[in-house]
Amino acid sequence: MSDAEINLAALSDDDLVAQMHDDLYDGLKEEIIDGVNILLGRGWTPYKVLTVALVEGMRIVGEDFRDGILFVPEVLLSANAMKAGMFILRPLLAETGAPKIGKMVVGTVKGDIHDIGKNLVGMMLEGAGFEVIDLGVNTSVERFLAAIDEHKPEILGMSALLTTTMPYMKVVIQALKDKGIRDDLVVLVGGAPLNEEFAMSVGADAYCRDAAVAVETAQTFMKRRSNQGGLAAPEPA
Amino acid sequence: MIIENLLSERGWLLADGATGTNLFDRGLTSGEAPELWNTDRPDEIRRLHQSFVDAGADIILTNTFGGTSRRLRLHNAHTRVHELNKVAASLARDVAAKSGRRMLVGGSVGPTGDLFAPLGELTEAIAVEIFAEQIEGLKAGGADVIWIETMSALEEMRAAAVAATQCGMEFTITASFDTAGMTMMGLSPASMATATLGFTPPPHGVGCNCGVGASDLVCSVLSITEAQPDAIVIAKANCGVPRVKGDSVVYTGTPELMAEYARLARDAGARIIGGCCGTSPEHLAAMRDALDRHTPRARPDLEQVIAGLGPLASPPSTATSTRRPNRRRAS
Repeated sequence: MSDAEINLAALSDDDLVAQMHDDLYDGLKEEIIDGVNILLGRGWTPYKVLTVALVEGMRIVGEDFRDGILFVPEVLLSANAMKAGMFILRPLLAETGAPKIGKMVVGTVKGDIHDIGKNLVGMMLEGAGFEVIDLGVNTSVERFLAAIDEHKPEILGMSALLTTTMPYMKVVIQALKDKGIRDDLVVLVGGAPLNEEFAMSVGADAYCRDAAVAVETAQTFMKRRSNQGGLAAPEPA
Repeated sequence: MIIENLLSERGWLLADGATGTNLFDRGLTSGEAPELWNTDRPDEIRRLHQSFVDAGADIILTNTFGGTSRRLRLHNAHTRVHELNKVAASLARDVAAKSGRRMLVGGSVGPTGDLFAPLGELTEAIAVEIFAEQIEGLKAGGADVIWIETMSALEEMRAAAVAATQCGMEFTITASFDTAGMTMMGLSPASMATATLGFTPPPHGVGCNCGVGASDLVCSVLSITEAQPDAIVIAKANCGVPRVKGDSVVYTGTPELMAEYARLARDAGARIIGGCCGTSPEHLAAMRDALDRHTPRARPDLEQVIAGLGPLASPPSTATSTRRPNRRRAS
């Protein structure tokens, strides 16, 4: 099949959504912008466009990333296409009161400037309906604490790519304990040199091997929280 | 041809062990730039080099992995690129000169941490400039060869290679195959070796370093030596997997494991063998001893690698995509 002849506007809803999943997979930003606008024009709610077209498409991308079928370049292009769609949807979602799954503060720890994986996690979580506050790279314990204080997230995500910076995660978690707020938060950690054992020994709640696992894990923890009727149960915005 | 000349004498060379993780043991704290120790704690850097020389290394690498302006900016040291790299190379040079044997100083050049366009903002021209600034410093301090390592993107390897050549330096390139047998950018060991050996001029050694574990790394070596049987292949594996002990990270690999890794890497066709994260002088001494006594064995297969070094940490993918068939193709 050649792509030039496909007229997105002529496709049925189901075919258009399937096509958008393909276009996300292929990182085609313009096509995603078109698709989002067409679905909105057909009366879809912004939330339905987000979940059915974009999040589901990124789920497929995330699975193939997790399974070693797609790699960072492809996933970044997909995430950029997703971001273009989110750019249209974000203000509409705020207006229409779409449900927020949860809030997460993410950052690459102090001394580390690697943000590829962390950015992927941020974008995919946003795609999955989380509000994401991204502190960027080289994040000190003070900046983590200030952001937690200001935004009151349910989840804290920390990333490190270097063996020389990963121990800083322990410093941050210790600071949370010292402030007596460790149990208010779910702490997820990730980055190439990490593993499950490391995550457990620094006192994190979970190790997330990649962005797809990070989304799954964040969703699982949010479900568990709401089942427990915990204080941080998400409420519709 | 400095590497080829040294190899012609013995057939294999021992490269050194870890820099960052060993500096931790000497008091470097998480978040600090190891490169600043070249001027702040030069005796510690000299001692680290000396410990690898004493363990039998033929090649020692400078403490400059994060020595580009992009990486040093984080520590507000981006104006000190030339100085820090020059000092680092001269520290290693001094130790090598006093060793009483023929040694090489490899000027370590790590990735910038930035992505190339269209994924990021880096262009080849900018990257060449960034690397050339570092390499000029390494050259001024007396590095013999530029040691481009832990790479994942082919564009970045090319930029570093171009920069080395511009500075009149020979170079080697190793990549980190840490994701299902590929680099995180999806480059396979065979493609990486074939593509980099196609550079003009080509590297004087290609291979793999860091990554996820010794088993995975030996598998990458096997792929490279199969695709490029005539190349000088470099293997520099991590010492097992990282674990936290107290406030520091320790690696699970024992000297015995690293000795067997060295033998398997040699049998797989690697000619320059060393260790990466977690490899202490003690591990390196065990590797030296193993290589000195080693009687070459047949090329190992995957089962033999796993039997000797344990299971793969990130095995190649056998999954199939869940995306629908008959999709429209990206143009």
